[in-house]
Amino acid sequence: MSEISKAFAGLAGSEGALVTYIMGGDPDPDTCSKVIDAVVAGGADIIELGIPFSDPIADGKSIQAAAVRALSAGTTPRRVLELAKNAKEKHHVPVALMTYFNIFYSQGFENFLRLAKSHSVDGIIVPDLPLDEASRYARISRRMGVDNILLAAPTTSAGRMRMLASNTSGFLYLVSVLGVTGARQSLRRSTLALIAFAHRYTQGRVPLAVGFGISAPEHVREVIEAGADGVIVGSSIVDRVADYRENKSKVLQNLEEYVRSLKAATRG
Amino acid sequence: MKSYPVNGRFGEFGGQFVPETLVPALQELESAYLRWKSDAGFRAELDGMLREYAGRPTPLYFARNLTKRAGGAMIFLKREDLLHGGAHKINNTLGQGLLAKRMGKQRVIAETGAGQHGVATAIACAALGLKAEVYMGSVDIERQKLNAYRMELMGAELHSVTAGSRTLKDAINEALRDWATNISTTYYLIGSVVGPHPYPVIVRDFQSVIGKEIRDQMRRREGRLPDAVVACVGGGSNAMGSFHEFVEKRGVKLVGVEAGGAGRGRNAASLAEGRKGVLHGMLTYVLEDEDGQIRETQSVSAGLDYPGVGPEHSYLKERGRATYVTVRDKDALRAFHLLAEVEGILPALESAHAVAHAVKMARSMKKEQSIVVTLSGRGDKDVQIVAKEAGLEI
Ligand SMILES: Cc1ncc(COP(=O)(O)O)c(C=O)c1O
Repeated sequence: MSEISKAFAGLAGSEGALVTYIMGGDPDPDTCSKVIDAVVAGGADIIELGIPFSDPIADGKSIQAAAVRALSAGTTPRRVLELAKNAKEKHHVPVALMTYFNIFYSQGFENFLRLAKSHSVDGIIVPDLPLDEASRYARISRRMGVDNILLAAPTTSAGRMRMLASNTSGFLYLVSVLGVTGARQSLRRSTLALIAFAHRYTQGRVPLAVGFGISAPEHVREVIEAGADGVIVGSSIVDRVADYRENKSKVLQNLEEYVRSLKAATRG
Repeated sequence: MKSYPVNGRFGEFGGQFVPETLVPALQELESAYLRWKSDAGFRAELDGMLREYAGRPTPLYFARNLTKRAGGAMIFLKREDLLHGGAHKINNTLGQGLLAKRMGKQRVIAETGAGQHGVATAIACAALGLKAEVYMGSVDIERQKLNAYRMELMGAELHSVTAGSRTLKDAINEALRDWATNISTTYYLIGSVVGPHPYPVIVRDFQSVIGKEIRDQMRRREGRLPDAVVACVGGGSNAMGSFHEFVEKRGVKLVGVEAGGAGRGRNAASLAEGRKGVLHGMLTYVLEDEDGQIRETQSVSAGLDYPGVGPEHSYLKERGRATYVTVRDKDALRAFHLLAEVEGILPALESAHAVAHAVKMARSMKKEQSIVVTLSGRGDKDVQIVAKEAGLEI
């Protein structure tokens, strides 16, 4: 069983997993490791660590801005892998890398995955590598013991949902809304229906985690109650990091408290 | 080789590297396209619009003076610059606009670099009664103010893109994000043979009218096919449209001309200097740094200023069926002036790259041989840039 699967399996009955997204190297690589400390202290169960990419087509304004900050601070893919390794050694928390396919492809998928594995990475999330393209690489990630976490969307049909549920590993990442990443004020009713739909295919097979737009503890609660095994919170964490330059210590402390409130909501 | 790609791939190139949200929409697009492309009513409507509205067929002109100046093979110009809107782009926007209508989509989005595709989209949407919204980088809006305003005059809504390098690639990113958000109501009308499958096929097919006319016109005039077809390559649509008819005809040399900019490392020559990579949903040659970050590009011509290229060009290059060369800014500018002076034609700066290379090629060929150069657009939009390069302010 992978570290990511164990993180889900180890939760009490109705408790959900909290997956927190952080842009690697944001606002700069050294500060980023403090950001990781803060979200872990707040209770994050899994760290999703982004590698900044020049052309992030699945991301909204918040994460685009984070990528710009990280890249202008000189963040490279290797530096993000070091951050992953340090986080693992320090906190023993599972780490999934999130980045676009060209970052892998340009180094050779297998080479880069091997490098990631040697930096203790447990899984990868590649939003522009959908099922059909990912299947060419499935053998490599399986052999290396790295979870390839696939994404499902509101436009995914029942037939595809079934295939996604049986081909993903670690968990199935359900994109809760049409569009790109970004914090939203409220949850749509359609999101809850979508969770129930996806849950039919993941139940008893693989954990279901829901992301895109989730920003408040109330959302977390509703998503878990609708049948999700976990939530992914990204943009609203990244937005808090964006304030770091103005308000250093406060930002980390507020972030930790914010994550704590999200984690509390996963327990009901 | 010229047949429909297998599983969305031209050899290893192409594919659908897009977020899951878009995958069903691409499948819907592909089945709609396959259904309508051979539908007699659809074909008749498109052919009618191309003839009566856009101005097809375009002339094939024997450039006698240019030929004499080059001193070798005969040079013919395929006059896409004479189309409504001033460029080949309208072949594609009318085709895809009609497809959008058949699919019941009322809202059309597009990206544009130089503004030519944005203008062609605004034109097609106005004529077909569709709502057009165009994404354009803020740097490009600044460089091509007139085109930006032309789009608005024809009722298109312009969105300025301030992310990344604020040019064409960022406009495509933003259009893809919009599409994922508004997928059920919106048709994404992409402007070149780029992006995820089936776009490279759809755009190629709608542009392939260029090569078909070249074939007929050369047969009629010269009684044979040309020895070479030369076209500029940004994303690669006018080149693919010119080449497609001849891919199986081994005697016809196919030459694509990329933007050489200011020289090595400062250009937009993805095929010449790029590596295989994944950008905008396709596996193709891209300009990137050693980490895989997409590089910024440089060219005097905004329409060629793109760090990727259509996957079918990558395939033709790899198979050795087409060759790709680069022409630098200064040589493209020189060709612009040459064509203006000897033929009275102002070519788009994009097309001037092709002219420059054709003149060079002609010199080393025999007098009875022939080259067709696709003049993809007219140069009115570039007059200010040309003046500025010549040190004038107008
Ligand atoms: C006149 C003209 N030629 C060529 C191009 C390059 O596009 P493509 O390579 O798709 O033909 C453009 C793009 O804006 C253009 O306006």
